[in-house]
Amino acid sequence: MAKKLPEVDVVLVGFGWTASVIAQELTDAGASVLALERGGWRDTVPDFSVTHIQDELRYAVRKQIFEETQRSTLSFRNRPDQLALPMRELGSFLPAAGVGGAGVHWNGQNWRFLPTDFLLRSHNEQRYGKKAIPADMTIQDWGITYEQLEPYYDKWEYLCGISGKAGNIGGKIQPGGNPFEGPRQREYPLPPLKRSAATVLFDKAAREVGLHPFPAPAANTSKPYLNPLGVQMGQCTFCGYCEWFGCANYSKASPQSTILPVLLKKDNFRFRTHCSVVRVLTDSAGKRATGVVYVDPGGKEYIQPAQMVVLCAFAHHNVHLLLVSKIGTPYDPQSQTGVVGRNYAYQVSSSVNVTCKERLNPFMGAGALGQVVDDFNGDNFDHTGKGFIGGGYIALWNTGGRPILQEYLPKGTPKWGAGWKKALHEDYLYSTHMQCHGGMMSYRNNYLDLDPTWTDDYGNPLLRLTFDFYDNEHAMSKFLTDRATQIAKAIPNRGINPKPRKGHYSIIPYQTTHNTGGAAMGNDPRISFVNPFLQSWDVPNLWVMGSTVFPQNPGYNPTGTVGALAFWAADAMKRYIKNPQPLVQP
Amino acid sequence: MEQRENIGLDRARGTERCDSPSRRTFLLGGAIFISSSLLLGGCGGGDSTRGPAAPRFLESDERNFIRAAIDRLIPKDGLGPGAVDAGVDVFIDAQLAGPFGQATGIYMQPPFHLGDTEQGYQLPFTPAQVYRLGIQRVDEHCRKTLGNAFAQLKPDQQDKILHELEDGKIDLGEIPSANFFGLLWQNTREGFLADPIYGGNRDFAGWKLIGYNGPRYNYLDDVDKFGQPYDKPYVSLGGRNPVMCHFSDSPTGRFRGPGCEYAQMPAKVHYDALTTTTGKVWPAGNL
Repeated sequence: MAKKLPEVDVVLVGFGWTASVIAQELTDAGASVLALERGGWRDTVPDFSVTHIQDELRYAVRKQIFEETQRSTLSFRNRPDQLALPMRELGSFLPAAGVGGAGVHWNGQNWRFLPTDFLLRSHNEQRYGKKAIPADMTIQDWGITYEQLEPYYDKWEYLCGISGKAGNIGGKIQPGGNPFEGPRQREYPLPPLKRSAATVLFDKAAREVGLHPFPAPAANTSKPYLNPLGVQMGQCTFCGYCEWFGCANYSKASPQSTILPVLLKKDNFRFRTHCSVVRVLTDSAGKRATGVVYVDPGGKEYIQPAQMVVLCAFAHHNVHLLLVSKIGTPYDPQSQTGVVGRNYAYQVSSSVNVTCKERLNPFMGAGALGQVVDDFNGDNFDHTGKGFIGGGYIALWNTGGRPILQEYLPKGTPKWGAGWKKALHEDYLYSTHMQCHGGMMSYRNNYLDLDPTWTDDYGNPLLRLTFDFYDNEHAMSKFLTDRATQIAKAIPNRGINPKPRKGHYSIIPYQTTHNTGGAAMGNDPRISFVNPFLQSWDVPNLWVMGSTVFPQNPGYNPTGTVGALAFWAADAMKRYIKNPQPLVQP
Repeated sequence: MEQRENIGLDRARGTERCDSPSRRTFLLGGAIFISSSLLLGGCGGGDSTRGPAAPRFLESDERNFIRAAIDRLIPKDGLGPGAVDAGVDVFIDAQLAGPFGQATGIYMQPPFHLGDTEQGYQLPFTPAQVYRLGIQRVDEHCRKTLGNAFAQLKPDQQDKILHELEDGKIDLGEIPSANFFGLLWQNTREGFLADPIYGGNRDFAGWKLIGYNGPRYNYLDDVDKFGQPYDKPYVSLGGRNPVMCHFSDSPTGRFRGPGCEYAQMPAKVHYDALTTTTGKVWPAGNL
């Protein structure tokens, strides 16, 4: 028998980045807020201390900082006519479990999307004609514009202490920054990070081939930084353990390093760890969320009533909760009706290894220490005759030189034995790689629903992912990889090794944890689950955060936009609390 | 609330058993956090034992197979020690005895179907079971076709067998040979290049080969000294003279926090190999 707990104003499912932003904003507005986190509590001290966090085997390889598939996974297939099988081991993407969510283990590669990204369908139809978009490509506009979101990007970047160089302030192009970015109101809060040997070589080579490299915007602090909440961050020391690790040095923006020191002191905020939310409850008409049901590790159920429910879990989990809670209409690819599970997308990544003539010391790095070219992202170039729309950035990220996983050897290196050993000996200090970080369109047959066979620890059907890359993605990825190879050739090198993304999407090799969609935002309730303020069309006191609401995935890392959207939605929630009505009439 | 326990040192067997079965069970069953410094202090005590560790999962013939195979995968040569000298067999043994080998936290719910490659690992076996079954079958194959167990073959014969395993060309029954080889090579690389606290990379053999000086905290003054060597002593999470200290506690398993509210709950449940929190037990294959 579930135990019913006292009602709160707002219950947040998950306690990562978006929950931290929403909690901070709504508690400021006077609401009582409770976050329910399925993982444990963790903090800079002692959990991320240098006495143990710089452990590649334990965290990056054995994945002790991520969710366990035994507890939560999904089933996967490429096509609807296949049998989906459970993802038994983590691979392609790495969702977090624990306070701070993926905000603890991200690299800190922090981007704004392009103005045209938010108008993807209308912009491309206008520039290239309706025929440029295949019939099964279900891309759509976001229902908001870059200009609307700009103040919230700004707020997010100043919260996090982003290091970077503006490329466009108020429409005026700035030397040294990204000339393709949308106009921003002011410079980044911190200057760019120092450059490493590899990023300098990339910069020079990219200029030689006529491109426009710039320092990547980094949520790794180039200097000590006091953020607007009064939380002090420390200067990044390039230890090379960002990605898949917590930061020991208060240098990588995370909930712990930017918000929680303030939030946790508030009387009107509470959180509970090791609480897995298994249902969102609604009234009998299904028009109002009344709270959530969660389960503790002993299997005991609790009902947590709330005036507002905000889904702040990982992209998959938000969709799973909607489906098992029977909220909204599940997407049906046959009839192309319904919205929950629709327009799942991802990232199309490829890479080029470069073994340089100059010693690089790759282990001196930071998660977002990189030089980037944005010349081939979004619609920054003319796609006429290219056979695809969209694009991505090409970057040289110097995230670290962790020996087990960061092996970037030349083409033809033996896979094992004396030859492999010799190559590692000769090349480790000289090798690096470039990443092609491509966007992903949404498609009729890329979607999420419930699996008919396998269940999770709580007896719920697993989420089922049906997903593959299409011709547009293969053409785009080849284009990007070829351009990256041109840059690589301009670096004095002893060998290069392009690794294009080919064939079907595979759940095995790590690609990115940029899983998007399934409850898209938009202006049209027939093709979006939430309105432009991230409020459910069907259940107005239910809100969905995170990349779950992306209608498709642009060619950038998502966190910057996830953060900006959380601030944007928080402003809308404050209006909603004063006048609890749908903010947009369908 | 931190819980601590004494860490038993099995000195009589010439090794330090930081991860004895009783301790492991205890770790898996309850919320525990032992800071690594405490653990390393208690485990190493400055008295480094460098002799062969007692077997913990592998039987002696299995250990012979592993030592022979990893000696071909990363051989000793003019560039320095190979996997055997680096203690990679000790590493693999400890890993197979621990949460990794037992597939702790891995989704093992049936039914099992072999799908397409893109759908990932679908065998009903834990890594430890893959090793046990795989080694047995490879040795059977070697005896049948070459008259000896793998460990007794000549190096060029061993290389040929390893290539055939890698290419999926040897029938190992339920286990595709490429899976077996992939796991063996993955763990061999790990043992050679992971922090020495896990038993491999002994005397920093792997890191010295490549020129990685170990995890360090601050390169602020070095990151822009382009092209310059970085000559500092090799260092591990266990210091400059690390000893093996395989540990499996997780900092994410802690409960604490100022001003936090927690639901009533038992300690964090870290699942045993194939038992879920709800007590369901899944069959682990026909072993």
